[in-house]
Amino acid sequence: MSVLNYDFVVLALVAALFTGLAAPAVGTYLVQRRLALMGDGIGHIAVTGIALGLLTGTSPTLTAVIVATLGAILIEVIREQGRTNGDVALALLFYGGIAGGVLLIGLGGQSASTLNSYLFGSILSLSAVDVWTTVVLAVVVVVVAVGFSPQLFAVAQDQEFAKVAGLNVRFYNILVAVMAAVTVTIAMRTVGLLLVSALMVVPVATSQQLTRGFRSTLVTAMGLGTLASLGGVLVSAYVDVAPGATTVLIALAGFALAWPLGVMVRRRQRMQAPFAITPDGAYEGEHTVVPEEHAHEHGEDCGHLAVPHGDHVDYVHDGHRHAPHGSHYDEH
Amino acid sequence: MPVNDGPVVAQIHDGSVAIGGRPILRGIDLSVRRGEVVALLGANGSGKSTLVRSLMGLVPLSRGEVALFGTPLSQFRAWRRIGFVPQRVSATSGVPASVWEVVASGRLSRRPFLRPLRKADKAAVRNAIVAVGLTERAHDGCSTLSGGQQQRALIARALAGEPELFVLDEPTAGVDLQSQQAFADALAGLVAQGATIILVAHELGPMAALVDRTLVMRDGRIAYDGPPVASIEELEHGWADHGHHHPELQARYSDHAPTVASPIDAPPREQRP
Repeated sequence: MSVLNYDFVVLALVAALFTGLAAPAVGTYLVQRRLALMGDGIGHIAVTGIALGLLTGTSPTLTAVIVATLGAILIEVIREQGRTNGDVALALLFYGGIAGGVLLIGLGGQSASTLNSYLFGSILSLSAVDVWTTVVLAVVVVVVAVGFSPQLFAVAQDQEFAKVAGLNVRFYNILVAVMAAVTVTIAMRTVGLLLVSALMVVPVATSQQLTRGFRSTLVTAMGLGTLASLGGVLVSAYVDVAPGATTVLIALAGFALAWPLGVMVRRRQRMQAPFAITPDGAYEGEHTVVPEEHAHEHGEDCGHLAVPHGDHVDYVHDGHRHAPHGSHYDEH
Repeated sequence: MPVNDGPVVAQIHDGSVAIGGRPILRGIDLSVRRGEVVALLGANGSGKSTLVRSLMGLVPLSRGEVALFGTPLSQFRAWRRIGFVPQRVSATSGVPASVWEVVASGRLSRRPFLRPLRKADKAAVRNAIVAVGLTERAHDGCSTLSGGQQQRALIARALAGEPELFVLDEPTAGVDLQSQQAFADALAGLVAQGATIILVAHELGPMAALVDRTLVMRDGRIAYDGPPVASIEELEHGWADHGHHHPELQARYSDHAPTVASPIDAPPREQRP
């Protein structure tokens, strides 16, 4: 492939690979606490960080990490202390972050296109140092998200239970917030600050269409995130658009495919769930004998839905449940 | 009431709780000894949930102290000795989780850091799921369970930690009678093994047979502490048949509305004959 001859494309792919693994790993915990938009909130705060870096001439990545982390901790503190619901805490910082960023960019006299490369991603702006920082931070995030998964799962699932189990709930809450802040900043070069939250949330939404457990959701989401992020950078290298747009559209296409599949699978599972047996062993409802001349013979290939019911199988037949009984069928 | 002189496992002395400056609990003195099955009854807003939550350290005391297994709460670290079933409607969250995963989180207080589940952990999780009768649903998502089954999953989570003290906050609220019976059977098994149980309930239902001490909360105070009564109504109307009456209870102004009185008790608004 010709684009792979360009160093900057290879660097961008390396960054995309690690971002794609880390973002859904953190995103799973955010979605679990029903704080799916937290990544967005932190992304907006990071705009102030970028602007600060550009204004003062220091590394924008460094200032973004610092400001985003402080913002993420602040969101947690407002949530915990203020009895404000998480949404409101997010909104407050959301707007403050973007307004502060625009103000500082204006003061510094920077052009809008400089900011744009951070808002929507730009593979051209990546340096080798940026990529190695991304790799190291992403590995730390993934190791923490997977290694501490029993603790993080318990805290996100039920805070009160986790506290009585002796876990330091505040520590883990802040840990997730900081991981989210770090992920947002490492993903801003490939996906962009305004779209990074999609890479954290969409793969999780996609994978939970088809999974039943937490661990399988986490692992599948990480796989899907990597695919979307690698695919997004490749397409972006060919057609020269912001990689954030292509990555997010690929992730959304995945969701569009998985959603109807998930609806179908769940519907099938619900229909095939065994019928309940009443405690005394008798079958509920009238025991009506279906006329002997019942034209249709139920069996494995009869085309009617077969549902287990205690020690036998009922066939769902135009809203009735027919159970084979000797030479005839009983209505169950 | 059988005399129980076992060690005190949970104790609150002169406990008061204020939330947002408003007193919710006042002057609570309570000791629960090993092996006791205590039911905590009361109307909505009487403070029964707040009382167990303050025992668990989830609500700070504005006055007084809590001790668990003889250790003051602030120094208490042996959380694996406690199994807590919080009051809640469902076991689901934003991401699917299987029954096994939810129950396995009950082993956290016993697991070494960053180590996978050991054989003993897996056995405890399996046993807990069997005890609440969810074996066949173990690998299904919690969101596919009925309300009663979800509640049983949360109880299994507390069971998995193999605790000595169980604290359950309205475990059977909104649970059908069949599940309540399954749950009462699981509790009976624990009682037989010598566990201590503190149970917050509105109605005891099938659990009534297990209880050997009843506390009735009213308006942030303990209004009754003694042998079991079937329901608050029975107690308040003086039907409790345990040899004597509690005239002081019947005379007291009784208000079912969830009110919180001022810290200084006002005289009853209606004087009863």
